[in-house]
Amino acid sequence: MKRDIHIIATLFSSSAQLQKKRAFLTIASIAWGTVAILLLLAFGEGLKRQLDKNRRAMGENISVLWPGETTKAWKGLPPGRPVRPRIDDIEYVRTRMPELKSVIGEVVSWRTALAYGRKTINGRVNGVNWEYGEARKHYPVAGGRWLTPEDDLQRRRVAFLGDEIAKDLFGDVDPVGKTILINNAPYVVIGVMQHKTQMGAYQGPDAQHACIPMSTARAQFGRDRLNNMLIETHRAEEMEAALEKFNSIMGPKLGYDPTDDRAFGTWNTVKSSKVTSMISGGIQMFLGIVGALTLLIGGVGVANIMFAVIKERTREIGVKMALGAKTSWIIWPFVLEALVYTFLGGALGIIIATLLIAASTWLPVESNRVMAFLGRPTLSPMIGIATSAILGMIGLLAGYFPARRAARIDPAATLRYE
Amino acid sequence: MNQNGTIIRMSGIRKVYDTGKVKVEALKGIDLDVHAGEFVAIVGPSGSGKSTLMNLVGCLDTPTDGEYQIGGDNVAGVTRDQLAEIRNRRVGFVFQNFNLLPHITAQENVELPMLFGGISPKERRERAKELLTRVGLGDRLDHKPTELSGGQMQRVAIARALAMNPDILLADEPTGNLDTSSGTDIMSIFNELWKSGRTLVIITHDPALARRASRIVEIRDGVITRDHRNEEAA
Repeated sequence: MKRDIHIIATLFSSSAQLQKKRAFLTIASIAWGTVAILLLLAFGEGLKRQLDKNRRAMGENISVLWPGETTKAWKGLPPGRPVRPRIDDIEYVRTRMPELKSVIGEVVSWRTALAYGRKTINGRVNGVNWEYGEARKHYPVAGGRWLTPEDDLQRRRVAFLGDEIAKDLFGDVDPVGKTILINNAPYVVIGVMQHKTQMGAYQGPDAQHACIPMSTARAQFGRDRLNNMLIETHRAEEMEAALEKFNSIMGPKLGYDPTDDRAFGTWNTVKSSKVTSMISGGIQMFLGIVGALTLLIGGVGVANIMFAVIKERTREIGVKMALGAKTSWIIWPFVLEALVYTFLGGALGIIIATLLIAASTWLPVESNRVMAFLGRPTLSPMIGIATSAILGMIGLLAGYFPARRAARIDPAATLRYE
Repeated sequence: MNQNGTIIRMSGIRKVYDTGKVKVEALKGIDLDVHAGEFVAIVGPSGSGKSTLMNLVGCLDTPTDGEYQIGGDNVAGVTRDQLAEIRNRRVGFVFQNFNLLPHITAQENVELPMLFGGISPKERRERAKELLTRVGLGDRLDHKPTELSGGQMQRVAIARALAMNPDILLADEPTGNLDTSSGTDIMSIFNELWKSGRTLVIITHDPALARRASRIVEIRDGVITRDHRNEEAA
């Protein structure tokens, strides 16, 4: 074995040099394929991460429940009755489901007049519990704050503005500390939401609403019906059971069959994020296959060159065989040669692709609407491993099959007179 | 080598080339023994089967039928790799067209069979140098074949053929591509080798070269027609 390696290494290092033009073209084709696969995979990875980030912008491990109509008869009551959760039901669920991270209600007032100075706009105002901020990722821009439990207890007239509604109302003025009028009642702006690219939304994007404390909303709008309830679990896998338990608690309370899972419309983000990751996984696989095919064409180029080289060196191979070279000593130097071209091309491709991807940082991801969804091309260790593995495979195959032809050469035929 | 000094023992050798439609019987039953120290010239017109015989003697090919032993190794039923090993140890080839590897030096060409034979790098280098010096090319070690004349290339080929100290030296029209004076040089090298005790088998249709052999085997249409001692040989 050691002797075999010595012989193969010696033969490989003393083998003829490829013509410059040929070597260049071969290496370039592999480099091109490598660049293609890396860019496509990096694009896919960027897309996946951006989708993930955008999906998480609405919140993780939460389910949104909006009251609908019962679809099953229950205790002598017919189906088709509306379900009406109230503000007190938040506490009702909270005490019965202590395992939840949070239970939140929303009282929504659409097309509400918001005024600052002379400017009045119609916007959406949400009365929410203070836990809403963390669960729904309403992070304040520096200088502002989110709602606190005290705001709710003391029924303060404070408002947290979505970044778009703040822009509409204030333009370039810093809204924090300013007083606005909501339905002619004065509110102090305590914070503005940090911009986020949000993929999922209900009732409209978070950037376009203002949030006020639940108790204040109850007084302001004079109603205690909830437009939505949110439950948040600590871990994703708890969500399915939590939803079942929610219905088993709320069913008897509000008068619907606990197995009637359509009394509340449900948006389970745990479930939908699984779908999202399957889609992005599918996209990545597709991009990977396209890239691998491009690289394969480069591999065919290498194999082609190796076939040509072996044809040219037929006599040389015959001589080596006549002098006592074994089959594997003929095959492996060729495989190594193909691997070297593949390796050089791959290394070149990796360098080019890395530079291109590094250069893509000037792409305006946050401010451009399309890029905000596509994301920035990103390389990951997995991409490196996958690409190297494909390169290695291609090099081996592109060397092995031509080399096998070399090993089948009949020395007697190549050494004849002509 | 056997006790009685027989290096090549062929009996009832047949070789049939099957080209699919036609079967060509190139050798129709050859019996040939070559003893240690003999200088055998195999002569015959083209198409007589002497190339086929040379391929079989050199273990480049295996017979369709018959027994062949070289230096005690039986050639029947061996694998390709085993055959390669037999060639490496038993046979030194000298070809009409030299068949040196063009991109490596004379010395590296001579080292090649020793590389296959598992001889250490140091020993390879020394022995290659020694052999090339013996054929008069001690000052051409680092020349590539393209920088050498035909006669010099053939001398490199002879040095290479001797590298593994083989049982026989097998030459196929060794002077066929050379001018008269280089050819004469090569012939005298063969003569010297024979006198120093080597066994030589030369395939040729050059009467001048054949005359130098101690034994002349004539072949025609795949059979040996004449096998006689050559008293002229000195």
